[in-house]
This record gives sequence, C-alpha cells and structure tokens, in this order.
Amino acid sequence: MSNPQPRMAFRGARVLAGLALLLACAGCRQDMHVQPRYNPYDPTDFFEDGQSARLPVEGTVPRGDLKLGPNELFYTGKVDGQASESFPFPVTREILDRGRERFNIYCSPCHGFSGDGDGMIVQRGFRRPPSLHEDRLRNAPAGHFFDVITNGMGVMYPYGYRVAPPDRWAIVYYIRALQLSRQASINDLPDAEQKKLLGGTR
Amino acid sequence: MAQIFHHSTNTIARVSIYGAVIIVGLLGFALNVVNQTSYVTEVHNARPQPVPFSHKHHAGELGLDCRYCHSSVEVSSSAGMPPTQTCMTCHSQIWTNAEMLEPVRASYRDSKPISWTRVNAVPDFVYFNHSIHLAKGVGCTTCHGPVAEMNITWRAETLYMRWCLDCHTAPEKYLRPRSEVFNAYYQPPKDQLALGEKLMKEYKVQKLTACTTCHR
Repeated sequence: MSNPQPRMAFRGARVLAGLALLLACAGCRQDMHVQPRYNPYDPTDFFEDGQSARLPVEGTVPRGDLKLGPNELFYTGKVDGQASESFPFPVTREILDRGRERFNIYCSPCHGFSGDGDGMIVQRGFRRPPSLHEDRLRNAPAGHFFDVITNGMGVMYPYGYRVAPPDRWAIVYYIRALQLSRQASINDLPDAEQKKLLGGTR
Repeated sequence: MAQIFHHSTNTIARVSIYGAVIIVGLLGFALNVVNQTSYVTEVHNARPQPVPFSHKHHAGELGLDCRYCHSSVEVSSSAGMPPTQTCMTCHSQIWTNAEMLEPVRASYRDSKPISWTRVNAVPDFVYFNHSIHLAKGVGCTTCHGPVAEMNITWRAETLYMRWCLDCHTAPEKYLRPRSEVFNAYYQPPKDQLALGEKLMKEYKVQKLTACTTCHR
C-alpha cells in the first residue's frame, strides 16, 4: 500500500458526486412538473395584456356559426331581424329535461325555480325581474327569450358566452312549459293522466 | 506499538453499524411523515386570494350550481374559471360599494382578468379531463371535498398518483348517479359498493390503469 490517501479522497468524491446527481434528479422532477407550455389561464409576459389565451380577432365567425341566412334563427332567435315565433327544432322530452336543468343552473338564481322572479339573488337584493307568467311575456315570441338570454336585457347580463345556442333553445322550451303549467286545465291532459289525478282526490 | 483505540471503541463501532441502519430507517420514516403533512401536500391550506371569494357563501348559502361559474366543466378538460363578467352579473347590483369587491370592479373596468391563486393542479405530465369524470359519475366533491363549506378554498386531496389510482383501480368505491354529480352535499349510500358496481356497468366505466391513460 504505497499511498492510500488519494484513493480514499477519490471515493469520497464519488459519493459526493452521487449525492449531487440525486439532488439534480430532484431538480429534473420539478422541471417536468412545470413544462414549457401554457395551461388554460396561465399568465404570460409575452403578450402585453399578460394573458396566454388569445381572443379571436373582432368580427371572427366560427365555422358553421354564421348568424345569417338559414342559421339566423338558430343563432339569433330572429328571422329577417324580427324575433321569431317559432323554434328552429321540434321539442322532445330530452330537450325539455335539458332545458329544465339549464334553467335551474343559470336562470333560477334570479327568476326562481318556477319563473316567478323570486330567486335567491333577488331575495338578497337584486332587482326583481318580471314574472315569466305575466301576459306580456306569455305572449312574447320564443325568439325574444333567446335574444335576452344571449344578449341580456336591462340589469340582466348576457348569458350567451356560457350557454350554447342549443341549450338556450332548450331553456326557451322549458320557459314555455313553465308558462303552460299555470294555464293548463285538467281537460288538456291525456285521459290516463286525468283518471290518475281524479282517482287520487276521490 | 501502543493501541490507538481504546477498548470501548469496539462497542461504538458495533452500535454505529447497526445504528446507521436504524437511523437511515428513521430518517426515511420521518421523511414519509413530513411528506404527508399539509405543509408539503397543501391539503387543507386555505390559499390567500386577491378577493376573499367564499364558496361557502355562493355555492352553500345561496345554492348556486357549480356550473353557474365553472360553465365549461361538462364539455372541457378545464372546469373553467369564470370571467369577471360572471361576477358582475350579480355584483353590478349587489354589494356595489363593498371594499372587498374593488378588485372585481377594477378588473371589469380595465378589462384585466383577476389573477386568482390556483388551488388544485396536477403536474404538467398528467393529462386530466374534467368532462369525462363527470360523465362517468365522479362527483365534484369526491375530489374537491366539501367546497360548499369552504370560506377560502383549500385543496381537499393530495392529487398524488397514489390517490388517483385509488379510484382508477376501484371506481365502484366512489361513483354516484349522474343526477347527483353536482350535488354539493351528496352522501354515499350504505351499499355504495353495490351501487358503484351497478353504475360501472351502466356508464361503461373501466378500470383504467395503463400508464398512458394519464401520462400521454
């Protein structure tokens, strides 16, 4: 054994290098946690407004979303610029259920679950909206409701950006159902339903 | 030549050999314990926000549906953070002078989004999609905890891979009917396993445990 000292030092260096490598790996893990890409809503200093998500150029029309011609009714609730009396598609049970669900999510906070205008936010001080059961609104064309949901009205803000057009129509169908519920007489029901109701009272 | 080491060093040598094993073991154990504390996992730590938004008030007391604000949760990977316009839908009329809400009004005035502090996030090497989880009967509160009871929002689960796999290997433990997914106060029934197995068949839920399910 001529000189064991350097070998010991070499071993010590290897251990240290190993430890350093381990630490470096811990560092890698962090790098992979945060990769050089933007997640939704991530901020950036690349754009002046600090947002990584960009807005389309003003006036951009999504493909198939042209609010003119045959699509005018579906996307605006209007026909030739006038609020439409008719719907762009026929109602089904599924559409009505969907309409109820969407109405309860987005409309009921103010309009109440039955459309009387007594929702929780109104109880907390928001200006009371008109009842959906008043004559003016019972007689309003379907396209009117679609337009109000899309663009808002009075103190009501637009909901178009979070309720897609098919859902808006489903909501309008459901509003019609709510309105009908206050006007329907027992004679409007199918025979079987009438019997069920009358059977219950006798 | 005289003895360099005293006799007692024999004992020290033996103790230190076995002691090292114990000490390393203890260190590992301590590290594991520390790793599970909220200091590391951030579970239960309320995160300070630019506006002290209370889910307890909005989702709990007022009963707003989660989707009123997180409106893309059913159709997108991201649940969707509400734009300031959504806040102003009500706060243009309610609490209009509240000091607390000044950052909201400023954001609306200046068209500058509010920089909320993120509470729940998975690492970038994890692909996560909200919409498919909801469609398969995973409720909001299953992962996000009792949000409708949180004043300042906190993370309810670690979001570690071990935690994800707990459900991915046995979804029947957590699934609920689709109609209850957004119920903020849902309580699982006593026969959860039976219900879960039934829902797995009905909703065609698979036990997805391939690496590439999440690491794409």
